[in-house]
Amino acid sequence: MATTTSPQSGGIAATLRDLFANKVTATAIAVGYIVVTGLLLFSLDQRSLWFPIANMCVFPLFILSPVIILGIPMDGRLKSGILLALMVVVLPFIGIVNTTYLELAIQISIFAGLALGLNIVVGFAGLLDLGYVAFFAVGAYLWASFTSPADTIFTVNGWGVPAWAFYVFLFIAVGLAALVGILLGLPVLRLRGDYLAIVTLGFGEMIRILARNADSPINLTNGSQGLHNIGRPDTWFGLREISVGLADTFNIRMENPDTVARQLMFYFLALIILGVIMLLARRLENSAIGRAWTAIREDEVAAIAMGVPLVRMKLLAFATGASFAGAIGVLYAAKQTFIDPSSFLLLQSIQILAMVIVGGIGGIRGVLLGAMIVTLLDLHVLTNFSLQVNALRNVNFVVPIINWPITNWPAQLEPAKYQPLVFGLILVLMMLFRPAGLLPEKRRKLELLERKEQGGDIGEITEMTVTEPHTTNPIVSEDDGKANR
Amino acid sequence: MALLSINDLVKSFGGIRAVRDVSVQIQPNTISSIIGPNGAGKTTLFNLLTGIYKPDSGTITFNGKSLIGMRPDQVNAAGIARTFQSIRLFPNMTVLENVMVGMHTRLNVSLVQTLLRTPGFREQEDHVRQKSNDLLRFVGLAGKGDEISRNLPYGDQRRVEIARALASDPKLILLDEPTAGMNPNESDAATALFRRIRDEKGITVVLIEHDMRVVMGISEHITVLDFGKKIAEGTPQDIRSNPHVIEAYLGRRAAGTAEQAAEGEQV
Repeated sequence: MATTTSPQSGGIAATLRDLFANKVTATAIAVGYIVVTGLLLFSLDQRSLWFPIANMCVFPLFILSPVIILGIPMDGRLKSGILLALMVVVLPFIGIVNTTYLELAIQISIFAGLALGLNIVVGFAGLLDLGYVAFFAVGAYLWASFTSPADTIFTVNGWGVPAWAFYVFLFIAVGLAALVGILLGLPVLRLRGDYLAIVTLGFGEMIRILARNADSPINLTNGSQGLHNIGRPDTWFGLREISVGLADTFNIRMENPDTVARQLMFYFLALIILGVIMLLARRLENSAIGRAWTAIREDEVAAIAMGVPLVRMKLLAFATGASFAGAIGVLYAAKQTFIDPSSFLLLQSIQILAMVIVGGIGGIRGVLLGAMIVTLLDLHVLTNFSLQVNALRNVNFVVPIINWPITNWPAQLEPAKYQPLVFGLILVLMMLFRPAGLLPEKRRKLELLERKEQGGDIGEITEMTVTEPHTTNPIVSEDDGKANR
Repeated sequence: MALLSINDLVKSFGGIRAVRDVSVQIQPNTISSIIGPNGAGKTTLFNLLTGIYKPDSGTITFNGKSLIGMRPDQVNAAGIARTFQSIRLFPNMTVLENVMVGMHTRLNVSLVQTLLRTPGFREQEDHVRQKSNDLLRFVGLAGKGDEISRNLPYGDQRRVEIARALASDPKLILLDEPTAGMNPNESDAATALFRRIRDEKGITVVLIEHDMRVVMGISEHITVLDFGKKIAEGTPQDIRSNPHVIEAYLGRRAAGTAEQAAEGEQV
């Protein structure tokens, strides 16, 4: 067991691989894992002094089970069956018992969707985009400006839309975000690497500042006050009845059945959208488009010489990634019911990028894992750690053995405030020890290896720096002329 | 009529005139070579042909169409494929994937079809896979499709590059030093492959090559460049005895002795 608890997750992965070699034992272990962690979660006593810290540990273990199931070899139909049961029955039930879990599941799904969208741009096509949150904002503001009672140009003129239009707007947002992606991409995509990152960063900020200032002369976004009471789709028929019925049967106390039912709906909506995005991402990956993206990532000059239209394929990646973010933006606005420009900070873009990197850039399962880890860390782990410290402080707890009263814990060192520090530490450690991510994609691992080899070979580097400007710039200038035709 | 007709092509980089007033005619269904000392502008000429560089002046007509102003991918679609002097495979893709990418311009790449996985899409994917495997067999790499391309030995990587170039169904293939770094056996096998490309596939072949054994053995037409200028062209026989060529390669004095030797031979 000593090896599995070591921080080297390579050790864990290796051990797990041995255990999961056999389909039957793998399935048994997976089901056992879900049952054990699920029961643990149920057995937590919310009134216990140590509840926050226990909660902090157990829920992440439980919520990791979909990633584990996705990764083990078992019968395809059985796998989807277990996944479906987990997502549609077990998790909602746990959510009814404790709505914070439901909220976490929604947040994870939303961010996983965003991370998968960004993964198309960064992971598949190799275009470093630091302004991804802009497309998310486009979707969110689209839905919000049509439904918020704040006096936007649309609602003032009576163009507000009813709740059911949510489902239509999901698709409109896909189109609009793709369009914005193309408009931003056209001038920007001729740059590459660091330059592209800087310009996309700028565009992300531009969209946010536009949102802050687009309240006059035409009020689109209500400026820095933000849009409130954003419309929500009607709770699906029957969800309330089902949750009330379940609560009665299992003797669960529900604060507000309407809220629970609505959260359940958003959970399912987020899950459906995430599922669609996963499906589409996988299909793109295994297609001529996906191959062209990989080719561009590996060697732009060779790719274009082999007939891959560079700008068009890059725009396609940009637009596809953007459109996913647009749809999720609509969902996010409807769920939060309030958005303002500060919901779309650069930090959000970086956080989404961190999900992609931590999990394993390029791979769909890795990105899911990354989204879980980063979201949980942000919304669950540190929060619960803070709660625990406060709970202990309230009972004047004294740490045994060293006899240190917890009331001495300075208020400035509130764990929830460490978030950026912990983030930074994790990213630094990742880059040092697992640069390809926790669940590295095979090709990415090879690419990193290659880069390392090249780093050792000075001749290779000088050759690259000499040839690069000559070979790339002419292509760039020509693309420009064609794109504007 | 010439398949490819290059007329008075000029390209300068700053003060260096890399290609000066070069004119070359490539006849269909031939194997031609472009030779010359290092820095003679051979690769620059290929880069001009494939749209990677823009010429300062001059015309390039391929199959009756001007290539001037076309992007590299458009040139590829028009029917010119190439390999690179320093191998430029997609190193971390499999051998098969590399070849499949080469087919890009011949595919109907539709986002909607890809997302919906329509029967047409699947059919096309099967076709691409099938044809790429055929091409790998053609270049002698049957069964190596699933290997990561950078793990292949050097000579095999060259073959993958050729298969990738052939994947776009070109009318003309430009091979930039395809036998560089090969031993005599390997380069003989490569030469045989170039012949088969022309004979079996009907593709016109243009080589840049330093190995005179290969050049003289295979070429029907040779163009010699030196300092960006065309100094000679003709059959291998013509080139071998051309004093300008010998001068460019070996220096003025050598050219003199060679000339005498040639005269002596004639007597």
